[in-house]
Amino acid sequence: MYRSHVLVCGGTGCTSSGSQHIIEALNTEIEKNGLKDEVQVVKTGCFGLCALGPIMIIYPEGTFYSMVKPDDIPEIVSEHLLKGRIVSRLVYKETVTDDGIKSLNDTNFYKKQHRVALRNCGVINPENIEEYIGTGGYEALGKVLTEMTPEQVIQTILDSGLRGRGGGGFPTGLKWKLARNIVPDADQKYVCCNADEGDPGAFMDRSVLEGDPHVVLEAMAIAGYAIGASQGYIYVRAEYPIAVKRLEIAIRQAREYGLLGKDIFGTGFDFDIGLRLGAGAFVCGEETALMTSIEGNRGEPRPRPPFPAEKGLFQKPTILNNVETYANVPQIILNGPEWFASMGTEKSKGTKVFALGGKINNTGLVEVPMGTTLRTVIEEIGGGIPNGKKFKAAQTGGPSGGCIPAEHYDIEIDYDNLIAIGSMMGSGGLIVMDEDNCMVDIAKFFLEFTVDESCGKCTPCRIGTKRLYELLDKITKGNGTLEDIDKIERLCYYIKENSLCGLGQTAPNPVLSTLRYFRDEYIAHVVDKKCPAGVCRSLLQYYIDPDKCRGCTLCARQCPANAISGTVKNPHVIDTAKCIKCGACMEKCKFGAISKK
Amino acid sequence: MKSLEELKAIREKMQGQVGLRAEDDTVTRVVVGMATCGIAAGARPVLAAFADGVQKKGLTNVMVTQTGCIGLCKYEPIVEIMEPGKEKVTYIKVTPEKAEEIIDQHLVRGQIISDYTIK
Repeated sequence: MYRSHVLVCGGTGCTSSGSQHIIEALNTEIEKNGLKDEVQVVKTGCFGLCALGPIMIIYPEGTFYSMVKPDDIPEIVSEHLLKGRIVSRLVYKETVTDDGIKSLNDTNFYKKQHRVALRNCGVINPENIEEYIGTGGYEALGKVLTEMTPEQVIQTILDSGLRGRGGGGFPTGLKWKLARNIVPDADQKYVCCNADEGDPGAFMDRSVLEGDPHVVLEAMAIAGYAIGASQGYIYVRAEYPIAVKRLEIAIRQAREYGLLGKDIFGTGFDFDIGLRLGAGAFVCGEETALMTSIEGNRGEPRPRPPFPAEKGLFQKPTILNNVETYANVPQIILNGPEWFASMGTEKSKGTKVFALGGKINNTGLVEVPMGTTLRTVIEEIGGGIPNGKKFKAAQTGGPSGGCIPAEHYDIEIDYDNLIAIGSMMGSGGLIVMDEDNCMVDIAKFFLEFTVDESCGKCTPCRIGTKRLYELLDKITKGNGTLEDIDKIERLCYYIKENSLCGLGQTAPNPVLSTLRYFRDEYIAHVVDKKCPAGVCRSLLQYYIDPDKCRGCTLCARQCPANAISGTVKNPHVIDTAKCIKCGACMEKCKFGAISKK
Repeated sequence: MKSLEELKAIREKMQGQVGLRAEDDTVTRVVVGMATCGIAAGARPVLAAFADGVQKKGLTNVMVTQTGCIGLCKYEPIVEIMEPGKEKVTYIKVTPEKAEEIIDQHLVRGQIISDYTIK
């Protein structure tokens, strides 16, 4: 029996900031102090506050240490673990109050969160199936197999109002019902899990797989029972090595414990899961392309219908759900559909996980009830925007979504509200932009991504996105015309209407939504040949203010293009024809004499 | 896994372990003084006895933790028991044997052993 547990985050964020060295140092120090039998070091999944990594929590006190370095470990072990004195200089400052240390759950970051899908992330050791069982794991599977009929399971999911968390928001229960009934005499059906999370800035699914892989296995087995399938596949990106490794361990352990395989719980139900690694093509997140890839073919989409529920993987009835969708399922079975439906808004039930990124203080992973306002997520949980800058817009849904401008800051986030303002829920990436971001440049960035990721099978997507990108590029270079803006709009609708799969159908969304809310910025680029945010290089001019310049010559020596001339103690001048707009002079100037316009 | 009972057995075994990581206002806190004075007086085996005993009895709403010196070094090892809504009880000169009694009498049955408390 360990009296104390030291939880160290082993998610991708904290691993890259060195949490593995922390664990090694901890083990050495604990051994040295003879605490090996008293203190347990546990490597967990993501806590969510990635910006503060590496993160460590010591229980039972619940002390939250952030940005820990290996050099801090001897002090933490000898002070906290040996003598019970909290090392206050390393404690997350949000938890420190005048009358001591408050609970992590009372901090702004965690207070408004409600963790269902992330329930075990940062709490259990994902490589130990017994810890998952200890928090109620596989109980839902047991309940389903021994007490419920497949129809009851499907009804429960339908009643809960759970909708697909991958972005589309299709009712999960309905998907299962179709797959159960549409081909009554199918000899084989499949349950697939979409873990091919590819949106730039999104890492929700990765964190669930890294922090709580068994929840996905359990939910897939439940889905298998519900639709009548005995085989499942998880399609996960090979770029997620930690997630892949933990899934492999989890599948192996589940088989050893008889929770996957033949005759689970002695009920005669067989279910097994295989892992398939994706090579990193964005289009493979599209359901038909994903299944084509599992079959061993080149990952390209195909027209629907037939829908996967009828003819999916290997032409058999198949369901495909997203990781986060599955992560909700066992809790719905255990707590009942009413419990789940009590959270969220009228048409969007439950919670949603968001990956916060961009211009935000608390970069990380959060889970909030549907209907929480964007302002709450960014200002309160996310800690606001750094350096006192102003919120300009947030991009949801990655390259398939759109932006939410400041005028909709108080929007209650759910599927339908976001669609209504021209964005979409997407899988949950939330990229925050401030006044220094150029919206034309953002649209161009996402377009560049889709051009690169278009599989090339259909013309509207392959050529359309490329032409669209070229038009945007023309505008950011200052060569655009007002007719180009109209042309962009027409082309956007053409691509949306005519593309084969979701990739092309949604690719113009970032352009359309920035055009809708920030048309003035496009016009400024075209008519005034100015980039209001000061991002688009071709439209920038660097100037030296002669009143502020002291003639120190530092900028002239710094300039890689020899574009700055002037003599000592006299104001310098930038030759705009030679200037390559690298900004090196502005960075070096000690007098703030150089500005860009 | 051939039966739900097997799953239940693992869950119960692990619950005491993983339960430590839940933050809850309704738990009873057992706090052992673990400063230099406490450790010198033998607080370490006392702490271990509490941790083991609580696990063995399956007391899920009790958390065993440690603190620094509270200033009464001559009475160490000192153990404080804080139950929600009740006054703190301070046991002094605790040994692993006394710890077992305190678990049995105080934590399980709710009876304070006044012979061992500070006067």
